[in-house]
Amino acid sequence: MDTLVDNRAEIWEGFRLTLWLLLTSGVLATLLGTVLGSFRVSPVPTLRWIGTSYVNVFRNTPLVIILVMSAAFWPTLGFNDVGFFGYNTFVTFAILGLGLYTAAFVCEAVRSGINSVATGQAEAARSVGMTFAQSLRLVVLPQALRAVIPPLTSIYIALAKNTSITAIVGVPEAAYVMRRLSNKFTSDVYAIFFGIAAGYVVLVLVLSVLLRLAERRLAVAR
Amino acid sequence: MTAALFDVPGPQSRRRAAIGTIVAAVLAAALVGLVGWKLYREGEFEAELWQDLGQPNIARAVWLGLVSTLSAAAVAIVLSVIFGAVLAMGRLSDHRVLRIPAAIVVEFFRAVPLLLLIVFVFFGFNNLFSDYWSLVLALMLYNGSVLAEVFRAGINAVPRGQSEAAYSIGMLKSQVMSSILLPQAVAIMLPAIISQCVVVLKDTALGVIIAYGDLVFQANLIAEFVDHTIVPLALAALIFIVINYALSRLAVWLEARFARRGRTSAGAARPTDMQLAPTAGGAGD
Repeated sequence: MDTLVDNRAEIWEGFRLTLWLLLTSGVLATLLGTVLGSFRVSPVPTLRWIGTSYVNVFRNTPLVIILVMSAAFWPTLGFNDVGFFGYNTFVTFAILGLGLYTAAFVCEAVRSGINSVATGQAEAARSVGMTFAQSLRLVVLPQALRAVIPPLTSIYIALAKNTSITAIVGVPEAAYVMRRLSNKFTSDVYAIFFGIAAGYVVLVLVLSVLLRLAERRLAVAR
Repeated sequence: MTAALFDVPGPQSRRRAAIGTIVAAVLAAALVGLVGWKLYREGEFEAELWQDLGQPNIARAVWLGLVSTLSAAAVAIVLSVIFGAVLAMGRLSDHRVLRIPAAIVVEFFRAVPLLLLIVFVFFGFNNLFSDYWSLVLALMLYNGSVLAEVFRAGINAVPRGQSEAAYSIGMLKSQVMSSILLPQAVAIMLPAIISQCVVVLKDTALGVIIAYGDLVFQANLIAEFVDHTIVPLALAALIFIVINYALSRLAVWLEARFARRGRTSAGAARPTDMQLAPTAGGAGD
């Protein structure tokens, strides 16, 4: 127990970084995933093909490989100093890796959400003269949003847990802190594990409560 | 599938789609080309690298890594199915003494990141477990808990009349489970189990945190040896993509097969699925 109390500053810093990774890569994944999702339902075959290939590549690759490659890839392209918000470049590479990986899952959720909107809705939009983009933006996507929230909830929860994997590439978030502390204070491994694990359990619980509230707010009778 | 969003195209929209196809293809090719060119300029594809990668000990390292990954994944998935079945039985039990602990175990292991479990099993038991068993046991705890929920949903998805009929002809609770519910539920659950294999296979890569010598670990060693990161790791990723893609196709195929059979034999075989997918008439067709 003492280890947890003595190192509370480091643990707190770790969870702050976990939250930061979750927030930024969550936003990135949602934006990119929505664009890719609309690619996958578009009338243009090339765009559909791009969306499908992206999903197949990123969903089937272990996140560790994506993170290690991300840390090597961006510097090669010339992005050497892209830290922001007080965190260094490697945190940014981790955010990009997490975001690119999670976008593949968001894309699938968006696609199935769009497919769950009744055919008549898009047909009605077309019959009043809307273009494909208009019917998607004004009629289909707002309705798909509601169907998308339950799968998105599990994606965000998975993302919250996946931020721990950035420990492998040396990002000092909560799991990294746990790895370091259990190495240092071997006799106290149980307290360290259950303490940090409790932090993640709380994070997951808060996330699922928030998203369930959002779901209830957006729900309409259909 | 996408037919819901646009009509059969006329001449004008066909032309527009053709233009879009070309523009998108050109833009995508330009992006890939630009990145490839830049990587080439930075020497990521230089001849020396391919020469180094051609050495026989590299192939041996990849093979070693692949065997380690597959053996950990295979044992982990078998143990997960067993552990998941035990937990699901606990959660479906009529006795609160079994139901509540099983629920706590499932919820806890589903909420804790796998990486933490691996580190804990490795450090927490006085070196009782080797790197291999730490990884396998952690995978079992996490994926078993996920599968427990899948099993529970699968058993609940068998129409209630089935178990009622079995009870009415005098079967015991254990008989109803083993000879009525399970055989039908397995058909419903098999695609989900295969999909979980993909997750397990990808998650074996987390063994690198305790230096387990799986494919990703070997790829990292090779990357250090040849002094280039992108190509060796991309090749490792390719191996994962091929295996996982094949597994997901298998899951889709099985699902389609069982769905077809379900429609002919038991009309309303999958009530939970209808509740899960908030769909209104025929959108997916």
